[in-house]
Amino acid sequence: MNLAETRMPERSIEGRKRPLVTMTSVSKRFSSGTLALSEMSLVVESGEFVSLLGPSGCGKSTALRIIAGLGDASSGMIDWPSSRINSRGLPEGDISFVFQEPTLMPWQTVFGNVHLPLKLRGVSQAAARPRITEALATVGLQDFANAYPRELSGGMRMRVSIARALVTKPKLLLMDEPFAALDEITRQKLNDDVLRLWKQTGITVIFVTHSVFESAYLSNRIVVMKARPGRVHADFPLHTSLERDAHYRTSEEYRQACEKVSTVLLGAIGSGEH
Amino acid sequence: MSTQGTAQDIPAVISPSFHNRNRELLLRILIPLAVLATMVLLWHIGVTVSGVPPYILPSPVAVATALVTDWHTLAPALWVTTKITLLSLLLALVGGVAFAIFLVQSRWVEIAFYPIAVILQVTPIVAISPLILIYAPSTQVALLICAFLVAFFPILSNMVQGLKSVDHNLLNLFDLYGASRWQALLYLKLPASLPYFMTGLRIGGGLALIAAVVAEFAAGSAGAGSGLAFRLLEAQYRMNIPRLFAALILLSLLGVAIFALTSFISWLSLHRWHESSLKREN
Repeated sequence: MNLAETRMPERSIEGRKRPLVTMTSVSKRFSSGTLALSEMSLVVESGEFVSLLGPSGCGKSTALRIIAGLGDASSGMIDWPSSRINSRGLPEGDISFVFQEPTLMPWQTVFGNVHLPLKLRGVSQAAARPRITEALATVGLQDFANAYPRELSGGMRMRVSIARALVTKPKLLLMDEPFAALDEITRQKLNDDVLRLWKQTGITVIFVTHSVFESAYLSNRIVVMKARPGRVHADFPLHTSLERDAHYRTSEEYRQACEKVSTVLLGAIGSGEH
Repeated sequence: MSTQGTAQDIPAVISPSFHNRNRELLLRILIPLAVLATMVLLWHIGVTVSGVPPYILPSPVAVATALVTDWHTLAPALWVTTKITLLSLLLALVGGVAFAIFLVQSRWVEIAFYPIAVILQVTPIVAISPLILIYAPSTQVALLICAFLVAFFPILSNMVQGLKSVDHNLLNLFDLYGASRWQALLYLKLPASLPYFMTGLRIGGGLALIAAVVAEFAAGSAGAGSGLAFRLLEAQYRMNIPRLFAALILLSLLGVAIFALTSFISWLSLHRWHESSLKREN
């Protein structure tokens, strides 16, 4: 099946871009009675790099899971204006998810793990091989196809997880604090990898994090959320004239961006307290 | 390097690690064998010095002689016991895994059926064996049912545990990619519960042999188709204690063989990926 042909046009007649996904007044109440997410609305355009930033308990992971279809919203709507929808209301094949843990199958090699999304669609190992090799090359792991996850470092396992997410060539990559458990140096490296991927492939990313620095470095739009109940506190673009690379990390512009994000986040934490 | 020079950095004897590993393997085999040989030797000396009559405690030589001279009666019995043990283990594996898969399909199925499995398990099989003997078409089948009932439960409970302990995020991932129930079972739940299955296999293998022996004691089978347990009792009635010991040794060897076989299968299927078979370097 050629996905490119079956996709809806990305631009409507007026020339305005169709959003990739829209959340309209989405709320989520857990069975315990906790209101995890209250009336969240969000429109994500194709090609954006959006960070969901906030303290723990602000519902940022819950929001991401609802977008991915892992758990239903209690009320509200999720729309995919530029995708074909399957019977479960999801643009299957268009979205990928990267968890905080690498979430690999330990009994499968790196190759087998990256093959999984295609295998579940009935693509044989032989037919999937070029795409798996390509995905592994994208994250620099082409030489580790036959290794088992336990033989890899934490950072490499995370790369496998990213390769698995990319193998289906999704439009939207959802990342749930993917690098929170890694050390700072590995984390910076992976941040650069994700940025490079985003620039090269034009993929849309929604990135959940609790790190001001990470969100300021990566995203061109930041949604700050606050807790009890989880809701959107602020939503603003973050533009830079500089290339986001090692030099950017030490630039004045990055420092200012961090300061700005920090201030907004502080507001979210402060006004969320009782 | 000079700043971190500790006693560990100075090798006492310079020898390549390959050599060391081989030596350790050799010692691992030789030391238990030496202990065993010493014990047999002490047994022999004890019997010779104290002058205990052979119908109370035979010497190892007498036992070895019995093993050779009575081989024609012991060998068929060994074969019967082996057959019953392995067949019941096989049935328990198939049944245990199938029933475990059935149980985890829904919470209500588990609530409804798990207690029945527990009742079957906690009732001592010696107590049910007279009933089984009445219903079963032959003693062999009765023994098989008893051994199956005992080996079944550890495999079932381990498998249920394994199927339920699958990484939640992996389940989410399968969900996200629209995996069918069948795919989730085949590609995720079954491989993920393999370590649990192997634990069940090792426990079940040992229990199947015990059950095959105990059930034969209870059933009191006789004649050509009887197993080692009957030969044991028979030797006791006839005061042929060397033969009793010979039968006992065959039973232990069978137990060791089953343990080695199940451990090897477990190692074979897990050593490449599972933590339990991971060699730690620190």
